[in-house]
This record gives sequence, structure tokens and C-alpha cells, in this order.
Amino acid sequence: MAEHTSLQRSQSISKPPSAGDIFTNNAFRALTLAFTWGIVLLLAYILFRIGGKAIPAVKEYGFSLLTGTTWDVNNRTFGILPEIWGTLYSSMLALLLGGFFGVTIAIFLTQNFLPRTLETILRSIIELLAAIPSVVYGLWGIFVLIPLIRPLADFLNAHFSWIPFFSTSLSGPGMFPAALVLSIMILPTVAAISQDAFRAIPRKTVEAAFGMGTTRWEAILRVMLPTAAGGIFGALVLGLGRALGETMALAMLVGNSNQISLSVFAPANTLAALLALNFPEAGDTEIAVLMFAACVLLLITLLVNMLGALIINRTGMKR
Amino acid sequence: MIPRIRTICLYALVLPMLYCTSLWAAPTIKADLNGAGATFPAPLYQHWIKQFAATSPGFTISYAEVGSGEGIKRFLAETVDFGASDTAMNDTEAAQARHGVQFIPATAGIVVLAYNLPNVDKPLRLSRKVYVDIFLGNIRKWDDARIAALNPEIKLPDLNITTVVRADSSGTTWTFTNHLQAISPRWKDAGFMAAKKIDWPGNSMSVNYNEGVANRILHSWGAIGYVEYGVASRAGLPMAILENKDGHYVPPSVESGMAALANNAPQLPTNLRLFIPDPAGAGAYPISSYSWLLLHQRYPNPQQGERIKKFVDWCLKEGQKYAVQLGYTPLPQAVSAKAVQALDQVR
Repeated sequence: MAEHTSLQRSQSISKPPSAGDIFTNNAFRALTLAFTWGIVLLLAYILFRIGGKAIPAVKEYGFSLLTGTTWDVNNRTFGILPEIWGTLYSSMLALLLGGFFGVTIAIFLTQNFLPRTLETILRSIIELLAAIPSVVYGLWGIFVLIPLIRPLADFLNAHFSWIPFFSTSLSGPGMFPAALVLSIMILPTVAAISQDAFRAIPRKTVEAAFGMGTTRWEAILRVMLPTAAGGIFGALVLGLGRALGETMALAMLVGNSNQISLSVFAPANTLAALLALNFPEAGDTEIAVLMFAACVLLLITLLVNMLGALIINRTGMKR
Repeated sequence: MIPRIRTICLYALVLPMLYCTSLWAAPTIKADLNGAGATFPAPLYQHWIKQFAATSPGFTISYAEVGSGEGIKRFLAETVDFGASDTAMNDTEAAQARHGVQFIPATAGIVVLAYNLPNVDKPLRLSRKVYVDIFLGNIRKWDDARIAALNPEIKLPDLNITTVVRADSSGTTWTFTNHLQAISPRWKDAGFMAAKKIDWPGNSMSVNYNEGVANRILHSWGAIGYVEYGVASRAGLPMAILENKDGHYVPPSVESGMAALANNAPQLPTNLRLFIPDPAGAGAYPISSYSWLLLHQRYPNPQQGERIKKFVDWCLKEGQKYAVQLGYTPLPQAVSAKAVQALDQVR
């Protein structure tokens, strides 16, 4: 009886779209198209405005802005090499740590090591890391992390100071605590996208591997990991993009020191922290230089993100 | 899957933005009388404002702690009724004041070298040569022979020296570098001068505001930085005993600060702008400075002029007795008398 009425109703629905439907459809298309182009234009406008404000600095200092190491307001000499170095160094360290743990977590959560429900709970907890505000990470870094890693840092400095990475003692804020906190901040990004990469592998592939008599670890390391490599690499690059632009936690933890040092325990500076610290009371020339620094940061981040998107697309991991 | 990534990206984008905007947003509480400037005397000024309000003057006062450089900027832009600066103003800046400027020395203080050395409980002694070299980045380790020679009874740790300096345009930086410039030719030889902002050499961390420097020293082992005395003592930081012009080692205190002022008060010029980069006298603490209020000579609105005169007059007379308890140096009688005279000229 119920089947009969539903069939009748479904027949009565089948009719050409009304004028209203067509209008809604067209309006929706036009609107989304406008917004899509709006975003592109917005990005272009931001680049144009920031770039425009940076031009006086480029005219005055030229290439030396990228290679200079002093930030002297009195003599009006500016250079952002220490900040570029600090940005790349801290992001790379963070990627090394966060990337390793992120991929490991992705394997752990997708390869049937745990019951389904536990997997879901753990996944949500890791994603919750992304919801913690940057300042909280910064404060946690100062009050919890730094005292925690001090014994390790002192040990490394005392016994391995001949390795350039451990050549100075850890004072407090510095490259190492900053990179550690950064790695935790990029962990959810890396873990989530890597999990997607593992899930995108067809069931058949695993079954084929097991069918050939591989153990679970052989299957993971020899089959799953190479198959998901493209997606994982994309995840790492997106994580790197996230790490490059991080501001608040780094401004609190990196030490704001205008120097280039290989030692991970030395204080350093990053582009984003430089901007946050110097903007509020910068003079005209300084603002132009800061705008230039912002452009450099924007370009680095843009390149890294585009690279990540490209890799994910190339490897056919459709999201 | 997709919504998940989208949520993460959204958080990643929006949260930092929220926190950054809170960085820029300046508090915009408007009182009847608004001032802005130096952070060095700020705790005292805030205390004065509270105490003065208790005398029910019939108007409210606010003071924004934004650093001397920004204070001068806002005073010249006339967005505030009075400015405050540890460097007064230089002559080019003073020439830009449309309604004239009157410097009023309101208080004085000392800049201390506070440090954080774990397991060192005796106060550190530093000679004039040594602390210049520390801040020039020439001495990089705490167990350096030059520091050890001055402190035979202290077991100095094998730590790198991290200097903590000001990132913002600061009167405290100016006072300290003006002192360094006066005591050692090496400061100028290294290409530095007396300035509100310095590109510090060596292993230095830069932080905003006096409180910020004190906090950073508190959390960093092997750190040493220059801070206003009251801020450092409230933070509970140990402070170095410094060698003064006469070769005596003087611990920072209100008394040694008063000695520095008293010995040099007769030199006060008519514009009341007296710098004491290297005060003479056996008990004089070496790094001392006045801190000035910047007033317009002629207030376009006479009511504002009356209000500010009433407040500053109270500060110079009643207010001085609050200085000691907050770690500042009360003005010598000769100086405050001249300041009151100058205040009378403000209309």
C-alpha cells in the first residue's frame, strides 16, 4: 500500500524545471562564480597593496634587503636574512619532527592496529590540537615545555657541544622549543591528510599484498607507504606552509634575536615574529622594509602551498 | 574527510588572526586628561593617578604605557594632553611642537642589570669594562676569566650569556646606551651611539617593555638585561653591583640613586633637561636618569591647561613621597622647586 502511493507521487514529481528553479540555478552559479573570482582578486589586491608599500624599500636598498643581517633603525640599514634563515630553519625542524610523528600516527590510525571506536576517538583528539589557540601554545611552551626540555638540552650541550647544532646552552626561548611547539601545531594537518592518503589506497592493493604472503609490517612499509607517498608528501608540504606563517607562538618562543646560528638552542627570529614585534611603532622606512618582509613570507608560503596542492593533484589523490 | 580538513584549515586561518588583531588593538578608554609615553616611570604614574583621584579633583586622568618614542610621537600629533619620556625630547622634536613644549622632570630612577644565574646566590659584581663587553657580545660565556676575576667567591656556571634588550623604541635603552657611550670608547668604536633602539650585537633577545624584559630574564637561564629598578625588584630578580665613576662598587638602591641625583642637581639647565650619563660621587649609582612629563607651553583649551597644572603640581609636591615605595628616586629639593616654577609658566 505504502509502496503504491510513493510510486504514484514520484511519477507526479517528474516535470520540467520551473522558471523559479532555472532562476535559482543561474543565480547560484553567478554568485559562486563571482565569489570565486572575488577570492582571486582579493589575493591579487593584497599582493598589490603590500607589494606597492614595499617598493620604496626595494628602491632604496635593493637586493641587500635579502642578504643584510642588521636591523639598525638609527643608521637606516635593514636586512632580513636572519629572519629568512630562522623561518626556514624552524619550519624545517618542525617538519622533521611533526612530519615523522604525523605520518606514524596516520599509519597507526588507518592500518587496523586499534578497534574502530578507539581510532575515531584518537583521531578527534589529534584534530583538537588544531583548535588550540596559538597564544596558548606559546604560554605552554614558556611555562611547561622549556623547563621540561632543559635537562636534555643541558646534556646535549655538555657532551656534544662539538656538533654545531648543540654548540650553545639553552637559555630559555630559542629555536628548539619554538620548533617543538611548531611541530605539535602542524601535527594535525600532517596526520589528517596522511590518513586520507592511506584511506585512498584501494582495498585490493592490501589484499594483494597479503595474498602474496607479506607480513603486516612488510605490507605497510613496502606497499602502503610507497602507494600513499604522493599524498603524504603533499601533507608534509602543507604542514610546512602552516609552519612558515605561524606567528604568535613563535613570537613568544623563538627569542627574537637578530642572528644566524646553527645551534638549535640559540635564540633566533622569524619573518612573522619580526612583523608582529616591529609593526606597532615602525617608522616610514621601517614599514616599507616590513612590507617587503611580508611579501617574502607571502611568496615563500604561496610557493610551498602551491607545490603541495600540485603534488596532491598529480598523485591522483582526489579530495 | 573533506569537512574535517576544512575545519582544520578554518581553525588554522581564523585563530591566529583573532590573536593578532588583539595585538594591534590599542585600548581606547578616554579620560578627561590623557597621557602616553614611557614605561619606565609608568607604575609610579599609575599610582599617582589613583592617589590624585582620591583628592577628588573632578576630572579623570589616564596614562598609556607605550614607550618613550611612541609617547613623543603621540604628544607631537596632539592625540594626548601630555606625553612622558625618559629622554625628554631632542631639539628637532621639540621644534615640531605646535604649542611649545615644557619639560617637567617628574621623577627619576635607576636602570639595573638584572640577571638569571641558577645556583648563584651572591650578588654579581661587574666592572665598567666588563659590562660594556658583555653587551657588545665580546664576553660570551659566564665562566669567562674577566667575570670570574671580579667574583672570586662565586662559582660561575658554564652557560652562554644571553643579553635581554628592548625591541621597542625605549627611553630605558636610551639611558643605558647613553651611559655606555659615556663610560667606554669601545661602544662608539663598535659603531653604536646613544639611541632609543639599538641593533644589539651578540646573543641578544629583544622584548617589548620593561615588564617584558624582566619576564624574559625570569624564564631564561644565563640571561642578563637592563631594566628599571622597581620592575626588577618586583619581579624578584637579582641585580648586579656596578662599578661607578669613582671606582666604587655600588649596589642598586633608592639611596644610591638619590646620591647620583644629589651630586649633579646643581647642573640643571633652564630647560630642565639634565642627563647624567655617568654621575660622580662615591655612593652614586652609575646608571641614573630623570624622567620627564612633556607639557604644552600653551594649551589651546585653557581648562585642559588648568587641569594638567593641578595634577602635575600635586605630583611634584605630594606625589614625591610615593616614589620610594615603588623603587623610584624622589627628586632633589632643588630640582622639584625649579620644576614647580616652570610649571607656573604653562598656560
